[in-house]
Amino acid sequence: MATIPANEGFDAHDHAHDHDHDHKPGFFARWFMSTNHKDIGTLYLIFAIFAGIIGGAVSGMMRAELAYPGIQYLGYFAELLGTANPSFDEQLHLWNVLITAHGLIMVFFMVMPAIIGGFGNWFVPLMIGAPDMAFPRMNNVSFWLTFVGFCSLMFSAFMPGGTGQGAGTGWTVYAPLSTSGSVGPAVDFAIFSLHLSGAGSILGAVNFITTIFNMRAPGMTLHKMPLFVWSVLVTAFLLLLALPVLAAAITMLLTDRNFGTTFFDPAGGGDPVLYQHLFWFFGHPEVYIMILPGFGIISQIISTFSKKPVFGYLGMAYAMVAIGVVGFIVWAHHMYTTGLDVNTKMYFTAATMVIAVPTGIKIFSWIATMWGGSLEFKSPMVWAMGFIFLFTVGGVTGVVLANGGIDDNLHDTYYVVAHFHYVLSLGAVFSLFAGFFYWFPKMSGRMHSEFLSHLQFWVFFVGVNLIFFPMHFLGVQGMPRRYPDYAEAFAHWNWVASIGYVIMAASIAIFFINMAYAYLAGKKAPANYWGEGATTLEWTLSSPPPFHQFETLPVIDDAAHAH
Amino acid sequence: MVVRVIADPRKNRRVAMVAATGALTMLGLGYASVPLYRLFCQVTGYGGTTQRADALTASGVKIAGKAITVRFDANVAQTLPWEFKPEQIKQDLRLGERKIATYRARNLSGRTITGTAMFNVSPEQAGKYFNKIQCFCFTEQKLLAGADVRMPVIYYVDPAILDDPSAKNIEEITLSYTFTETAESAAAALEKPIALSMEKPLDPARVRR
Repeated sequence: MATIPANEGFDAHDHAHDHDHDHKPGFFARWFMSTNHKDIGTLYLIFAIFAGIIGGAVSGMMRAELAYPGIQYLGYFAELLGTANPSFDEQLHLWNVLITAHGLIMVFFMVMPAIIGGFGNWFVPLMIGAPDMAFPRMNNVSFWLTFVGFCSLMFSAFMPGGTGQGAGTGWTVYAPLSTSGSVGPAVDFAIFSLHLSGAGSILGAVNFITTIFNMRAPGMTLHKMPLFVWSVLVTAFLLLLALPVLAAAITMLLTDRNFGTTFFDPAGGGDPVLYQHLFWFFGHPEVYIMILPGFGIISQIISTFSKKPVFGYLGMAYAMVAIGVVGFIVWAHHMYTTGLDVNTKMYFTAATMVIAVPTGIKIFSWIATMWGGSLEFKSPMVWAMGFIFLFTVGGVTGVVLANGGIDDNLHDTYYVVAHFHYVLSLGAVFSLFAGFFYWFPKMSGRMHSEFLSHLQFWVFFVGVNLIFFPMHFLGVQGMPRRYPDYAEAFAHWNWVASIGYVIMAASIAIFFINMAYAYLAGKKAPANYWGEGATTLEWTLSSPPPFHQFETLPVIDDAAHAH
Repeated sequence: MVVRVIADPRKNRRVAMVAATGALTMLGLGYASVPLYRLFCQVTGYGGTTQRADALTASGVKIAGKAITVRFDANVAQTLPWEFKPEQIKQDLRLGERKIATYRARNLSGRTITGTAMFNVSPEQAGKYFNKIQCFCFTEQKLLAGADVRMPVIYYVDPAILDDPSAKNIEEITLSYTFTETAESAAAALEKPIALSMEKPLDPARVRR
């Protein structure tokens, strides 16, 4: 088992260090040339919060436009972004740019940096008792590649993209819209941004795999690793195998656009549907890349606040492995309407539904962990329970959409938007906030306000459900995705969703008030502020942990946790 | 006492190399998917890709009783100044029976243009059973300025279609072509105008595009 009774069976860290032990480099060297996993993790988290605000602001522009039928604000937004007197087509193009930016930012520059780069970097070495990542300098390269990738995406918004400024291709960058359909450098910059962040993530994945395989403390076998470490390990493999396929596909897009190749152009013997296959071969594992580390975080939190080890530890670990493996053979369920024959659809329907089994194992094991536990509703636990509830709702609509026949009807409607926001915006993001409040005092050394994070939870919970639950109704009624305008019949629930956005935005304000409180008036955090339930190695270290930890490796003693 | 614990760098490098090799392999597979996908389409008729048969194979095909209708569709790419039409709307034939259909193409521009025809059939499940013995789409078609040509396609529908549960009920197949200009031809057109313009004004059909 992964859980280790605190201060028992191993030496937390070297107490007899010399006086230079916690020496930190100067500001520039520390933050711009960082090789310290905790500092890089912090950089990732700050970056993700920053990108999340931009991505969230973009969705605010979208909800404003969608609050009423007709086009109200797009022209104003286009002028704001530098298009003088935008034509109607340029206004509509801006809509495409907004949905593209929202998707790419949230996937590649908010969720992934926060959950893998941020929490992964911070806590994988701590939890396995390693002094740092295996390749600290490569770790630095990963972060700055991601950062430059984000800059490239931001630049693209101010470049000509065909009909107007910016890349308006959707996050999927489907050909031929992204090739012959978008003249100008905007799409090239957006594609380049994916190259950079993809390269950063692949390097990060190599780093995590090496760290987890080679640098575990003596006695910490794979089957004793905390589940969060397991989740990052599986995620790293998904990144390693999926991202190169995306890199190949978007490189082909680039050469199709600029060098006269015809990979996706039928006129030269290519096929645009091939791009969709390649994209979704990456894209489906990508959604598990976003959620698996969240699963890991939730497992740690549920166990901590139930004061019990996770129910069915091995089942939980291998359920993640199974989700990862099966995730690679279900991609065409995103392509049911591309003319697959009935047998192919049958296969992809069945394979997709199989994923509900390991996912179900996880949900039941979390509930079984709580069952009979000594529950404590601290803020991370509340966020974690919100995660379980809402992720399950998204999972259920996922099973509905897995059906090839039903998907013919619901494809590209708001039902799909509701589904993937329930698993991401309400799943992954709830796990992010859960992990954040679980570990924030550990990372910063300051306690946040439990009241404010509970308050933020309830306001956020009401807000996001108001945004996304009505989208199920809109989708079933046939409202298509990716349009800035809609029939009057859809007006009511769209208005409700936009109100929900305002409530959600208010909860983010509470988050920042909480952060300000923590840094200005927050109590100093002790080493283990969650008490007896928090049993993984990071709780044996001070809050914040020393700049260098585990210079003498902790030894995980089997006898100490023979439960 | 300070004990710096550093993981064996050789062991780290080995794991990292294996991982990097995995990533590179996937990158390679991404590119390998292009020819593999083409092969897959040709073998399975995926996306309505038609089959190619030689006359010898075709002569061995038994004619089955069931009749089927083949409709003909013709398109040209927006940038290609050709007129391209089938000379018959549809043909009725029995399964296994060989038929000849003709298309007519006219080059409306004042220059020589080489084009290739993309093709498929609908419904897509019929692709596997739609065999062409001879087709203008097998090769590039070069049309001089103003040329007007008739182009044949000789085909049959394999009676094996009756054994396929997802295709046996098909009663009508649409054969579709879309002509596009080859990259070489388009590139040549870009080089020529300067020389041409000294002799005569540019063709209005080309100026429009």
